[in-house]
Amino acid sequence: MKVKKLEDGVYQLDVKGYVCPHPQLYTMKTLQKLKSGDVLEVLFDNPSSEESITALCDKEGHEIIEKRSDGGTFVYRIKKA
Amino acid sequence: MGNKILQNAQYKLKEERMNMADDADRRRKFWAFSVVGIMLIISLWYYRVNPIYMYIIAYAWFGFAYGILLQWGRFCFASAWRDLFAIGVTRMFVGIMVAMGVFSVIMAVLAANQLSTFHPGPLGIHELVGGLIFGLGMVLAGGCASGTLYKTGEGNGTSMLALLAISFSQAIFVDAQGWFDKLLRGYIFPQPKFTLAEKFFGKGLSLGEYFIANSIINTIIPTLIFLSLAYWFVARKGIVRRIIEKKAATLPADGGDVKLGLKDELYGFWQMITASKRTTLAGILIGIIAGIHVMAMQSLRDKFGIENFGQALVKLGFVEEVSRRGTVFDPGYWYITTQEAQVGAWVLEKFGWNMKDNIYFGVMNGIPEPWHNPALLMSIGIILGAAAIALLNKEFKFKAPTKELAVWGILGGTLMGLGARIALGCNIGAFYIRVAGGDPGGWLFFLGMGGGALASVKFLNWWTERQLKEEDFDIDIEIE
Repeated sequence: MKVKKLEDGVYQLDVKGYVCPHPQLYTMKTLQKLKSGDVLEVLFDNPSSEESITALCDKEGHEIIEKRSDGGTFVYRIKKA
Repeated sequence: MGNKILQNAQYKLKEERMNMADDADRRRKFWAFSVVGIMLIISLWYYRVNPIYMYIIAYAWFGFAYGILLQWGRFCFASAWRDLFAIGVTRMFVGIMVAMGVFSVIMAVLAANQLSTFHPGPLGIHELVGGLIFGLGMVLAGGCASGTLYKTGEGNGTSMLALLAISFSQAIFVDAQGWFDKLLRGYIFPQPKFTLAEKFFGKGLSLGEYFIANSIINTIIPTLIFLSLAYWFVARKGIVRRIIEKKAATLPADGGDVKLGLKDELYGFWQMITASKRTTLAGILIGIIAGIHVMAMQSLRDKFGIENFGQALVKLGFVEEVSRRGTVFDPGYWYITTQEAQVGAWVLEKFGWNMKDNIYFGVMNGIPEPWHNPALLMSIGIILGAAAIALLNKEFKFKAPTKELAVWGILGGTLMGLGARIALGCNIGAFYIRVAGGDPGGWLFFLGMGGGALASVKFLNWWTERQLKEEDFDIDIEIE
């Protein structure tokens, strides 16, 4: 698991290789540490985390501004509410 | 000039990348259809050897259907409790309740028409204890018993380790020192076995009696209670916030309070049910397939004049493979863990262990060769179905486990194996099938599973918090 700052207000969480519940748990915990309006880019390759992360954002009011997937790897960009 | 050369080079690079992506796509599709093709060829070959093998091939194809639906719907019973506790998401909790409600109605119809293969299990505290141990394990391993199978089909190495751990922990537990025999004889077997319909109305019942007792009272009412609790304590906050935002936008500028009535709460409840359409639809389809599966197995039993596939194996001369009662594990419905225990026992026998000197294998389930094992073909079908759909949807990826995940996978799988044996089943055999079949014992397993999941979530919360502290991104910033 790696978290890094890409630029001001934009962070990246790399949880590739992790299985449930780690990707959604790290996503929730990292978002809690960010400021409102910050963007978190989450990289993961556990397909079932896709639905859970979407449901988490929906519940908390965060906006998923971009969803990409290729060859089993998913990239979600989430704007914190 | 220089710019043009650079542009051309960039264009060629882009084209090459697109071609590579197309090739990868074609390869994935080829493998997906190959999986289906191989299953078809093997099915025909089984039929050619002896038409009675259609009985076990039916298990394989129902497994294939479960695998597709589980992977497509990301349908994992572990995440029902876990995501509820860990991240406050009700998606999968809703999914399994919907799947169970649908299945219970079909089961009532089948029972009334003598087309059900379901038998209730012993009702006792072992369900709660087994569920608790199983729940601890499923959160650590990252998937329940059925989830572990479909994730194996996605190429998930941690799930493969968990699968091995489930298989061997069960096999060793039921054989070691005669503990499990003592538990079976001394406590589990003497417990009462009944469905609510039998308890309330006796034998030879009508559809209405099965429906009221098994479907409405044993399944749908508890399901609605659990869903209402999940709505009130977990989902409501987010949903109500959105309702208030919507209502506030329509209020006059001078304000006024937004009031919520019963209609809003019912609307909110419905929002929770339909929040993940994919999961809810998968739940409905799984319920329907599980029902058709029960009916198909009973019809095949009638067609071949058998009550258990062990009878067919004995007729074919494979006497060594069946139990002392002449049976093998042949549930007639969706089941996961016993066939995995049989694989563990089959391997251990190759290393010289005597695995038949116990009740579980020796008297009840036998240890058939894997290619004669009805329920095992279903599990292989689940893995292949999940692999095929994951390949088609570009979601298949082999993921070798890290050391950390390997520890969680093996530990979680071992706990799931122990829990499943104590409870006489997993999230499917001890919960899903039992509850929908009208056996109240399934709810004890579900509650135990919730308690175990809560404890494991608390542990993983502590663990992930600790890991994040080591990755303190406010201090150790790496700018690209």
